[in-house]
Amino acid sequence: MNFSNFLLMRQEILLLTITLLLLVSEIFISKSKKSSLVHLAIFLFGIHTAVGFFHIDECSIFGGSFQTNNLIHFFKNVLNIGVFILLLQSADWIEEKIVGENRGTEFFILLFSSLLGMYFMISAGDFLMFYIGLELSTLPIAALAAYETTKRISSEAGIKLILSAALASGVSLFGISFLYATSGSIFFHDIIEVIVSNNLTILGFILFFAGLSFKISLVPFHFWTADVYEGAPISVSSYLSVISKGAAVFILMILMFTIFKPLIHVWENLVYVVALATMFIGNLFALRQQNMKRFLAFSSIAQAGFILLGLITGTQLGTATIVYFVMIYIFSNLAAFGVVQAISLKTGKENMDDYNGLYRTNPNLSLVMMLALFSLAGIPPVAGFFGKFFLFTAAASKGYYLLVFLAVVNVTISLYYYLLVVRAMFIRKNENPIPFFKNKLYMKLGLLITVIGILALGLYSPLYDYIYELSAAFN
Amino acid sequence: MDILTLFVIIPVLTIVALVFTKGLKQARLVSMVGSIIQLGMAINLVFAYFKERAINKEIMVFTKDYVWFEQFNIHYTIGVDGISVALLLLTAIIVLAGVFISWKIADLPKEFFISLLVLASGVYGFFISLDLFTMFVFYEIAVIPMYLLIGIWGSGPKEYSAMKLTLMLMGASAVLLVGVLGIYFNSNADGGTLTFNILEIAQVNIPFEAQKLFFPLTFVGFAVLGALFPFHTWSPDGHASAPTAVSMLHAGVLMKLGGYGIFRIAMFLLPAGAMHWSWFFIILAAIGVVYGAFGAIRQTDLKYINAYASVSHLGLVLFALLTLNKIAWNGAILQSLSHGLLTALFFALIGMIYGRTHTRDISKLGGMMKILPFIGAIYVITGLAYLGLPGFSGFVAEMNIFVGAFQNPDKFQRILTVLVVSSIVITAVYILRLVGKIMMGPLVTNDCENLPKATWYEKTGILLLLIPIIGMGVAPLWLSDMLLESIQPFIQGVL
Repeated sequence: MNFSNFLLMRQEILLLTITLLLLVSEIFISKSKKSSLVHLAIFLFGIHTAVGFFHIDECSIFGGSFQTNNLIHFFKNVLNIGVFILLLQSADWIEEKIVGENRGTEFFILLFSSLLGMYFMISAGDFLMFYIGLELSTLPIAALAAYETTKRISSEAGIKLILSAALASGVSLFGISFLYATSGSIFFHDIIEVIVSNNLTILGFILFFAGLSFKISLVPFHFWTADVYEGAPISVSSYLSVISKGAAVFILMILMFTIFKPLIHVWENLVYVVALATMFIGNLFALRQQNMKRFLAFSSIAQAGFILLGLITGTQLGTATIVYFVMIYIFSNLAAFGVVQAISLKTGKENMDDYNGLYRTNPNLSLVMMLALFSLAGIPPVAGFFGKFFLFTAAASKGYYLLVFLAVVNVTISLYYYLLVVRAMFIRKNENPIPFFKNKLYMKLGLLITVIGILALGLYSPLYDYIYELSAAFN
Repeated sequence: MDILTLFVIIPVLTIVALVFTKGLKQARLVSMVGSIIQLGMAINLVFAYFKERAINKEIMVFTKDYVWFEQFNIHYTIGVDGISVALLLLTAIIVLAGVFISWKIADLPKEFFISLLVLASGVYGFFISLDLFTMFVFYEIAVIPMYLLIGIWGSGPKEYSAMKLTLMLMGASAVLLVGVLGIYFNSNADGGTLTFNILEIAQVNIPFEAQKLFFPLTFVGFAVLGALFPFHTWSPDGHASAPTAVSMLHAGVLMKLGGYGIFRIAMFLLPAGAMHWSWFFIILAAIGVVYGAFGAIRQTDLKYINAYASVSHLGLVLFALLTLNKIAWNGAILQSLSHGLLTALFFALIGMIYGRTHTRDISKLGGMMKILPFIGAIYVITGLAYLGLPGFSGFVAEMNIFVGAFQNPDKFQRILTVLVVSSIVITAVYILRLVGKIMMGPLVTNDCENLPKATWYEKTGILLLLIPIIGMGVAPLWLSDMLLESIQPFIQGVL
């Protein structure tokens, strides 16, 4: 046994260690100081995030079932930062609602296990590891979605999520079995060599794609999204919409650009249709949402449709653009969810009408929300614009001008509903607006990081070039 | 720091300073200082430009180039020629006048001036950019503050108007985006590398098929901002609901982005596409000219009258551009400048009248000349300049356009020109009727007998706009020399 192998997967091991540390820490924390659990968790995860920035060599270990390279490593860091922001933003909620009921440790364990699953999923070198990672990342979220046990709607969300997820991974597994049947191996590097375009492989691919589409909530597999987002605690909805979706997009992209590359003539058309359907349905349904969580759910469906514009290319440009966009999307969406969470926690209000006149009472929160929405809508100079522009450039580089045209039509539709929220906050008057309140330090920090990200990620161009260099690994 | 980037930096610095201000007095003082610095820079740029032009015969001068996104060959490239210098000066004048006109803005003053300056920085950036991507970024930065400006500080159906304006303009920019990408991916047609640089793309022979496809997208993308019929509907609603300074900036500057973009991008980079499509778009432009003028006759709200008049006058700009004639192009740029100043002045005056009488309905106004002699006199002067009286800027511009347009021996174009010329008469009808009714006519009600006289800041704003109008009318030569010289390389590219 060569122990240096374990050093190469130190991110996974460190996260596992943190999870276990938190599990035992409950014994040592006195009952009167239960909130220190939150501080401990944030502190430990902060260290984990910082350690992640040290270089890890490219490798393929355990007979090729676990692999990592600079892009995968970079993406894990992005996920880490996302989860870190999420922890900061939900610290108050956890402290008030969760720790008080003695369920704090479990919350962190479930959250970190799910993240660990994502690590394994995107680092997988064979379908077995991939599948284990997929399950490990999904099952804890279902428990988390049902975490507010006193609310019926939360349990409903949990059940909906677990049923859809189980069906989705079943479908995926079915697809994988076809691939195994045609190629005789579950290892990616074996499959790449023998895969040919025949009916069985295509069927296998489509089933596999459908399974992952559930996680990314692409149309027509998006039905669970709005209900689960609405019912689940906001932290969990936020996690589902950015971290979980981001990781799923990433692995789907890697697999499509490597082992399914010979099928590109098939999946080009598939992605084309799914992208259009996802954008249009996501956007049109978002138009009339009143609940902010449902609103963001449909907006995140539409955003997934835009991501597919990068996926359709199958080139290095596509890879780089998707990673870049997902990174920006994580920051923008976390900012939006952060504001919704802050308001919901203080006042319990989650409807768009409640936001009327918010700027007059809480200018800072309104500005953060506006920046986040402009970034999601793709308005310069905030980062979302650059992300979207490059996605469109990637699609246009393959000559999909019509698709780009329909996508920009969708950008305009989406601008309408993003502006509705801006209108509520800045223009509308309200007889009893949400009163002024001060956020605690963690929430402020969480929102501040997202704002810096939204402003800096687009203007700081070397970052994109860096990602582009890393993306060479998969093409 | 180079002389051009300062045009973006100064508004941004002013915005940063504004964030720390408290109350109306500080906010307007900071914005005034910032805008005066901008105007100073713009005047300085004109002189610097003449000095530079004497020794530098490049198309663009003061060029600077910084790499931005290396992978896409996106650069922050800037440079100016006579046209952009003139438009920068126009912008600086109108921004400063706008600040003076908004001297008494009551609700959220800090936010108002910040939005105004964000808009200004977008416009400045647009006029100095030589890179399609940078240009597009600034274009959107200039459009989006309009939503808040109309939505928060507007009047009437402001939510509806703000949303309509923003969606139509952003929709247009979305169409433009496809055009820009199309140009970008054809910029290596001669075997070079892909580039967003306008001057480099102009050297490339983009295949005719691509030009045919992408010219309409690029053209319409910009023309919506220039109020091309039938995409003009955002303009009357937007103007009518906007607060005074915003109407001024919007009609005076923002709508000029459309004509400028068509000239600089659609025509310059896709000349064959322009030739192929000009017959179609010129019909739309001609309809816009006549339709806008007739529309103005039927309106009873002062702002709507002006908004439709803008559709008509800016239709002339588009019409002149599409005739593909050097003199007409010169006229188009002159018309852009002249219309910018005149409309801004008109909206400022309407704002002043509305601020005092609380109505913009012409049936309720009358005898203003007696009550408000200063505002009334300026209103009459502006009206006369608007209908193209010699001695003012409007005459010079329209003369150039019609002479240029008629030079083309093509029968179809001549017939259209004759049709379009008729708009002058219609303009005279509504302007004279308007002046006769609200200025000279009898007093309608007695409750507006004692209205406050024009204040110093209003007069300053008015004079700022009026002096260049008369200047352009009396001595147009230095300006049109500067413009003609800069049009030359473009006309060679197209014809």
